[in-house]
Amino acid sequence: MFEILIDNYPVLLRGLTFTLIVSLSAIALGMLLGMTLAFALTSRFATVRWLAGGYRSFWRGTPILLQLLLVYYLLPEFGLNIPPLPAAILTLTLNTAAFQSEIFRSGIAHIPQGQIEAARMVGMHHWDIRRRIVVPQVFRLTLPPLTNEVITILKNSSLISVISVTELMRTSEQIASRTFQPLETYLVAALLYLAVNLLLARISAYLERHMKGGLAAE
Amino acid sequence: MFDFQLLFEMRGLILQGLWNTVWICFLGCLVALGLGLVLASLRLSSPRLVGPLVATYIELCRGIPLLVILFLLYYGGPSIGLRLSAEIAGLVGIGLYGAGYFAEIYRGGFLSIPQGQLEAARMLGISRLNILRRIQIPQMLQLIVPPSTNQLIILVKESALLSVISVDDLTKNATAMVNETFAVIEPYITVALLYWLIIETIARGGYALEKRLAQRSRMPTPSSSDTAGATHATS
Repeated sequence: MFEILIDNYPVLLRGLTFTLIVSLSAIALGMLLGMTLAFALTSRFATVRWLAGGYRSFWRGTPILLQLLLVYYLLPEFGLNIPPLPAAILTLTLNTAAFQSEIFRSGIAHIPQGQIEAARMVGMHHWDIRRRIVVPQVFRLTLPPLTNEVITILKNSSLISVISVTELMRTSEQIASRTFQPLETYLVAALLYLAVNLLLARISAYLERHMKGGLAAE
Repeated sequence: MFDFQLLFEMRGLILQGLWNTVWICFLGCLVALGLGLVLASLRLSSPRLVGPLVATYIELCRGIPLLVILFLLYYGGPSIGLRLSAEIAGLVGIGLYGAGYFAEIYRGGFLSIPQGQLEAARMLGISRLNILRRIQIPQMLQLIVPPSTNQLIILVKESALLSVISVDDLTKNATAMVNETFAVIEPYITVALLYWLIIETIARGGYALEKRLAQRSRMPTPSSSDTAGATHATS
């Protein structure tokens, strides 16, 4: 097993880098879209709420593999030929945005209404309230479920091997078919995924401890 | 634009995929639910040796992608003499992977039961198994139904991965239809709707069960749970 790791560490490292690039960009982009959706879900306008709800239902209710195939094979039908890597990032972004919107929505609901009323009283603009009061606190409040989502996306990124993005999973498939040692190769892949996920969990626990201060009192 | 004729011609593939997805998910989820209960009880009841082992197993389930687990079972298995058909490898994979998640859900449920009740039951000489069956499980059911429903839905969606290890499930047959007919929209949309149908059924079932448990439960009402807390505090 260690031979596999030693013999192939440059390709494995490259695969892992791609896995990280894809999942982290999807998480970051998904955060922007997810936060926007969360505000749309709590909008004053019924149409906006309804549209955001429909989006969320679709992206939460169908398998991510299917979404990936849909984006990758369906877009060319409309004349949009996108290479596998952007298609992968796009799908994971659209998917995680739906899950993150729900996480953020619960965070928004937990911010004491009094703060927002007070901010409105002192004449803060609608957008300023969101940017300076709601969003920073929502991140602190939702850190644990957000970490779960990051780990989920990192694991789901193994699916993009199906549309031939050479990330960690596909790299392992290639090594396995070359060395005829599937068990050892996939164990190495499993350990690499596990290492990254444990690291992420630790970082999140650290952040959680250090961001406790200044949290909204009920 | 949407060619129903084509779908009708391809009904065999769709139905076969639906059937495979349904039976593999059903049995896989049963394994996951059962094994999860065993893992959770082990983790809570034996803190010395088995507990940490089980905790490690749960960490592994939550930290490794299902796709990797499936590949390990299906492609890696034969090198240690474990030869499984794709369907069985998928079933076992879903079972082992889901068990880790269910174990955590059950653990939350177990921990929510006041310690005083268990002590009282042990005092009265009720056997360990009977405590589990008559005291712990009935009370935790109400609490664990919503997260378990969620987890079941996640497992059904993740089962689309079985297509990668060549199980003829909904996703694989949809891709087969695409390759055969060059129609992309019809197969994938149909399959998406079918997944949604399965998931909606599970979600509705979960709600119904939740409602029924809420009506029938003899969960302590707020006043009686106060006394339970008080007993616990004085004990």
